[in-house]
Amino acid sequence: MNHRLSGNEAVAYAMKQINPDVMGAFPITPSTEIPEYFAGYVADGEVNTEYVTVESEHSSMSVCIAAQAAGARAVSATSSCGLALMYELLYVAASCRLPITLACVNRALSGPININADHSDSMGARDSGWIQIYAENNQEAYDNFLMAMPIGETPSVRLPVMTCMDGFITSHAVENIELLETDVVRKFIGEYHPEHYLLKKENPLAVGPYDVSPYYMEHKMLQAEAMKAAKARILEVAAEFEKISGRSYGLFEEYRMEDAELALVLIGSTAGTAKAAVDKLRDDGVKAGLIKVRVFRPFPGEELARALAGTKAIAVMDKSEGFSAAGGPLFAETRSALYDLNQRPYMVNIVYGLGGRDVKVEDIEKVFDRLADIAVTGETGPVYSHMGQRSKEETA
Amino acid sequence: MKVVATRPESLTEEKFHYCPGCTHGIIHRLIAECLDEMNLREQTIGICPVGCSVLAYDYFNFDTLEAAHGRAPAIATGVKRMLPDRCVFTYQGDGDLASIGMGEIVHASLRGENITVIFVNNTIYGMTGGQMAPTTLIGQVTTTSPYGRKVEQAGYPAKMAELLSQNEGSAYICRMAVNNPANVNRTKKAIKKAIQTQLEGKGFSMVEILSTCPTNWGLSSIEALKWLEHNMIPYYPLGEFKVKD
Ligand SMILES: Cc1ncc(C[n+]2csc(CCOP(=O)(O)OP(=O)(O)O)c2C)c(N)n1
Ligand code: SF4
Repeated sequence: MNHRLSGNEAVAYAMKQINPDVMGAFPITPSTEIPEYFAGYVADGEVNTEYVTVESEHSSMSVCIAAQAAGARAVSATSSCGLALMYELLYVAASCRLPITLACVNRALSGPININADHSDSMGARDSGWIQIYAENNQEAYDNFLMAMPIGETPSVRLPVMTCMDGFITSHAVENIELLETDVVRKFIGEYHPEHYLLKKENPLAVGPYDVSPYYMEHKMLQAEAMKAAKARILEVAAEFEKISGRSYGLFEEYRMEDAELALVLIGSTAGTAKAAVDKLRDDGVKAGLIKVRVFRPFPGEELARALAGTKAIAVMDKSEGFSAAGGPLFAETRSALYDLNQRPYMVNIVYGLGGRDVKVEDIEKVFDRLADIAVTGETGPVYSHMGQRSKEETA
Repeated sequence: MKVVATRPESLTEEKFHYCPGCTHGIIHRLIAECLDEMNLREQTIGICPVGCSVLAYDYFNFDTLEAAHGRAPAIATGVKRMLPDRCVFTYQGDGDLASIGMGEIVHASLRGENITVIFVNNTIYGMTGGQMAPTTLIGQVTTTSPYGRKVEQAGYPAKMAELLSQNEGSAYICRMAVNNPANVNRTKKAIKKAIQTQLEGKGFSMVEILSTCPTNWGLSSIEALKWLEHNMIPYYPLGEFKVKD
């Protein structure tokens, strides 16, 4: 089925096809349309979801945690400050091993207040114990949401999943996408039969109790193991999904990387722009390539190292500022992943697109120009820089 | 020629971005007139909310501080405790005050914080595109209640003036409306009284103001004023609920 949908409608439609038991709903730009579309499905009786209009995101995540602990499937959607307000509960959801599914429509965090896309919201939650899968476009936003439950709910994983898409660029732009038939989706997702839930007769349960020092670390270790196990499960689910959709997904996408000497590593919708730049450069004989990271948690470090081993110079592009004084989060992790290579390529970090600042094909070409220079001269210049940054005089 | 009305000094030259017929603009002007007439412009600090009035700092011609969604009363508390001789007020929508910020407003009132709250109740989350708020009337259609708010699903609309008037810390609590000239004048008097309450150090004051959102109600400006009168006032009665001597 070919349809024209915005990213938000595509995700709402995926939720409708899944027919979850509970949705915690609280509006925030640019994810608001998801609970709005869903309210329509509820009102028209197209789903039998308990739709809870709470008073804040803190409560929407609490409702999801409680519903999931009761053995139900719970979903929510949010952005920016909304995700930040959930922060306390994100850790609770992950440590209680409750596979909630959350659509995060990426938007810059306050302050200053800004409603446009960057990854500061979900990057801030990167260490909360949630699986994070990022979409480049509307099709991927839909597909990733459908794959989330089979990943998160599997017994070896049992972790919540955040599927992310860029605010407005993906959430609001309308694209042609392929939707699966609802019966195919239902079969793919399957019924949810958790091993543990509240008031299970044979197994009395306290969810989220105090954990003393002699046990706390062991529990954290189990969570870490689950995150490691998620990698294989993500690939397994992708393979099953390919069978029903014809679309294939990995931990990341390699675009023209076969013999690439100059490579970009980035996340999200900018990949579309970067692919256009790569194509242009390839036409000019430049061996340019792109890696679009799809799964950020668990981080595909070893796989990235293998994919980037043959390159000469790499620019990792972060759509969020980590304030580490040493570069953005994607850079830190990618560079660390390449540490064990015998021959390490040169690497620079470019922070770009904060608060929705546009990035064009020409901007990406300039990054490749710089990489070409670095590959020849071995001079990286400033390792950590910001794209299109105006000088103090220009912004005065 | 005799000048009978000018732009209050407490408003900047900036044009309001509010939708046609939205009464946020009237309320801004009333606050500005009160501060001018009470000679408080240079003594006032305004706390701006998240909501359609997020840009209030562009319109008010005095210092302002932006709060995160719902946190204005806590922000005002911090300012007032440090600058107790200044006039500190928050400007908040019903989503900001009665939903995500329900905790802050109740506790500011319980503590008897000596601040003034201007509470703009338009029964809807305006800025995010018209979703159901805790103040949405039973049966009211919003984007998250497409066939009208149902009690079984979403409970009952919050009556904030009545609720906060129960607290000992509240010194002046009233509900007004800006749907016609007489009510606009009453609202102005109430804002002055609330600020006076603060100046006299009596404690927490709040003026709830019934306001319109023609855009998200799907009504013309005039229909919206009528809708306010016929639907909101019967559920949200006007008047003073608490006046501490
Ligand atoms: C933590 C957080 N959650 C959600 C939002 C999104 N949000 C912005 S304004 C708003 C509602 C505003 O409604 P109201 O206070 O009634 O003001 P109005 O726009 O109607 O004047 C919401 C939910 C946000 N900014 N921050
Ligand atoms: S959306 Fe509603 S509250 Fe916001 S400016 Fe327009 S009419 Fe006013």
